[in-house]
Amino acid sequence: MAKTRTGSINVVTANRLADGQAVFLAAAGGWVADIGRAAVATEAASAERLLAIAAASVARQEVVDPYLVALAAGEVRPLALRERIRAHGPTVAAIAADATRYPE
Amino acid sequence: MYQYDQHDRAFLADRVALFRDQVARRLTGVLSEEQFRPLRLQNGLYLQLHAYMLRVAVPYGTLNGRQLRALAAIARRYDRGYGHFTTRQNIQFNWIRLADAPDIMADLAAADLHAIQTSGDCIRNVTADQWAGAARDEIEDPRIWCEIIRQWSTVHPEFSFLPRKFKIAVTGAARDRAAVRFHDIGLRLLRNADGEVGFEVLVGGGLGRTPVIGKVIRPFLPKAELLAYLEAIMRVYNRHGRRDNPYKARIKILVNDLGSDEMRRQVEAEWEGLRGGDLRLDPDLVAEIAGRFAGPALTPDPAPVRAVEDLPLIDPAFRRWLDANTVAHRVPGHRIVNLPLKPIGAPPGDASAAQMEALADLAETYGHDDVRVTHEQNLVLPHVREGDLPALWRALDGLGLAVPNLGLVSDIIACPGLDYCTLANARSIPVAQAISTRFADLARQQDIGELRIKISGCINACAHHHVGHIGILGVEKAGAEFYQVTLGGEPGEGASIGELVGPAIPAARIVAAVETIIAGYLAFRRPGERFLDTVRRVGVAPFRERLDAAA
Amino acid sequence: MPLLKGGVEVADGWRALADAEPVPAQGDVVVPLARFLAEREALLARGGKLGVRCRNTDAVEVLAPDLHRIDLIALEFPRFGDGRAFTQARVLRQRLGFQGELRATGEVLADQLLHMGRCGFDAFAAALPDLVAEWRKAGASYRAYYQPATADQAPLIAALRGGRRTPLANP
Ligand code: SF4
Repeated sequence: MAKTRTGSINVVTANRLADGQAVFLAAAGGWVADIGRAAVATEAASAERLLAIAAASVARQEVVDPYLVALAAGEVRPLALRERIRAHGPTVAAIAADATRYPE
Repeated sequence: MYQYDQHDRAFLADRVALFRDQVARRLTGVLSEEQFRPLRLQNGLYLQLHAYMLRVAVPYGTLNGRQLRALAAIARRYDRGYGHFTTRQNIQFNWIRLADAPDIMADLAAADLHAIQTSGDCIRNVTADQWAGAARDEIEDPRIWCEIIRQWSTVHPEFSFLPRKFKIAVTGAARDRAAVRFHDIGLRLLRNADGEVGFEVLVGGGLGRTPVIGKVIRPFLPKAELLAYLEAIMRVYNRHGRRDNPYKARIKILVNDLGSDEMRRQVEAEWEGLRGGDLRLDPDLVAEIAGRFAGPALTPDPAPVRAVEDLPLIDPAFRRWLDANTVAHRVPGHRIVNLPLKPIGAPPGDASAAQMEALADLAETYGHDDVRVTHEQNLVLPHVREGDLPALWRALDGLGLAVPNLGLVSDIIACPGLDYCTLANARSIPVAQAISTRFADLARQQDIGELRIKISGCINACAHHHVGHIGILGVEKAGAEFYQVTLGGEPGEGASIGELVGPAIPAARIVAAVETIIAGYLAFRRPGERFLDTVRRVGVAPFRERLDAAA
Repeated sequence: MPLLKGGVEVADGWRALADAEPVPAQGDVVVPLARFLAEREALLARGGKLGVRCRNTDAVEVLAPDLHRIDLIALEFPRFGDGRAFTQARVLRQRLGFQGELRATGEVLADQLLHMGRCGFDAFAAALPDLVAEWRKAGASYRAYYQPATADQAPLIAALRGGRRTPLANP
């Protein structure tokens, strides 16, 4: 599935180098797991600025493979299903079935 | 099973040290991501949607209890308490930290396990019949040869940078449970007219974008020449396989472009220069490796044990399980016990750490410490005494692993799909869960009979959808999940590739479409006719009509 | 470009000739395979040593009749991951018995030095900061190997079974 569906509202995502976790570039700087705290770019120039910050972070060996994720207007919700799964975790109703049925 | 010796262990220790150094160089920035990626892939470490994913090799699908516990410990300590068994007899962990990976490799090595060559453009983990050493129709244990191939192919200096990944499967039985016709090289042990055992060699099978059934390029190869012949094939492929387009880089494309006669000519010419040389397998060496696969000494027990005879009267559920999930063993008085990792509604192939640990105990108690992983994402205890079956069944039932659905509609193969995989177009696991839940009623499943559903999240076909009786392939249309459905595929000796039944179906209707297809089968079938046979007899058109009518 | 030979960095005394460049009367030269085939007699007759440069798509077998008179063959790794020259090297060494210098050129990376050495390369033109150290490290990666290769004629698997170390031959 296409990584990003193009749109004018974007956040920047990447994977953290040390643990691979999907993270988002935060409004306050740094990377966070919660897409709700991501810095939102509403036009092309600010998206470019965020990508430049991400590139510097790549050079410091903090994250890998940064890219833009397009959001639906007015909510912090990626347009692409792939990105929603990436932000919120697998939709699998949990191996879960087993983990809950056979507690440790 | 094969026991590692000090040399195997020294090799793994060296490999762990190398990898630890590579990870350290990456974390400190000495290596860039571009330089590091091929190195981590050679060690089975992918960067997936949510984290790193580690693919651990289970050579020819054979584990012992200690190894299963080691895998469980990794699931608990470094992951989220579960692992995912794959269609290549491997196990994957989905939530791995790069910084932990060297320690995980060391833990694996301590249990004689590794992740070498589970990814990358090299010779991958060699797969085999999951009933090896136990099957009634077996000529010889294929794992001896898998192990020899494992050793020869491990960090092979010439074949570590092939045009594309390379998969070899071996079967030693009359029935093909290893899908040898769909591998880059398939090897079938057989006995020739003189009573001598050797290999039939098939080349160029595969799934993915271009599904092809492998071609026989040598009907009988003496065992001693196995490695020389494989080296000859690899040489032709390494030099002439296409490298300009990854979708055309597998050996099946080369075989198709050259034709199988020309392929054979080139391989045999190369073999001429190699046969009888360094790679000749002398019988002592083979015997030594074979000795390490010596199975348990099982005492034939022709008189059925009382407990088994009596139990069906007491508990019909036991009888259903016995009929569905166990198979006759080559030694009378024993059964091969299959453990579908397909509880109703659960993700196919997933096992929790607790399940793995409990199974390790059961394998040691009842199964001669032998556990197999199947390409159908199930497990097997290959050597169980009939008298132990009732106790084993009770224990398995407590683990949720005694659902009598082997080969039935809920015994679904599904790849990780869009929930985990960066290459996916659509989700696989939730579709499997929904189908399994819809057909939860076991009486209904048994009435439908043998039916193999395989679901891949993209054209890479990790779940072998082309050879599913019902194959389901996830595609994307304008950002939405759709599924293409094929009917009539079969991986075994009557190998066939499924035929498309109609246009792609939106996610919301895929479960209903499977129901429509199955209803069609029930209407069309003759008494005793399997789903696959009905599809072969009537073709896909009548199914398509029903789907169109329901749409 | 640094050149490693015999485990040490050496000066490259060979002159690589382009297709149309006149052949000097003296000195050691390396010519492309096509030129060698076209001007074979003259090249073999001249004074000075002769080397041939092959692309990784060339059929190196065409050199078979002249191998004893060729001093160097340069093979190419155009990019990481393109492993055709590994097989060319083994065909030259093992099947055709080439004894001269086998030089790895192009994208010669540290993590492939071990494989190159085992396949029979004995000279490496590589843009690596410390080629000698990388080579030592590569050679020490594993105590033993699972399969016979060209530089280490380890008996099959028995190399391990017998517990013998089969070190990478120091070129
Ligand atoms: S078939 Fe595609 S989606 Fe599924 S695991 Fe393979 S690559 Fe990923």
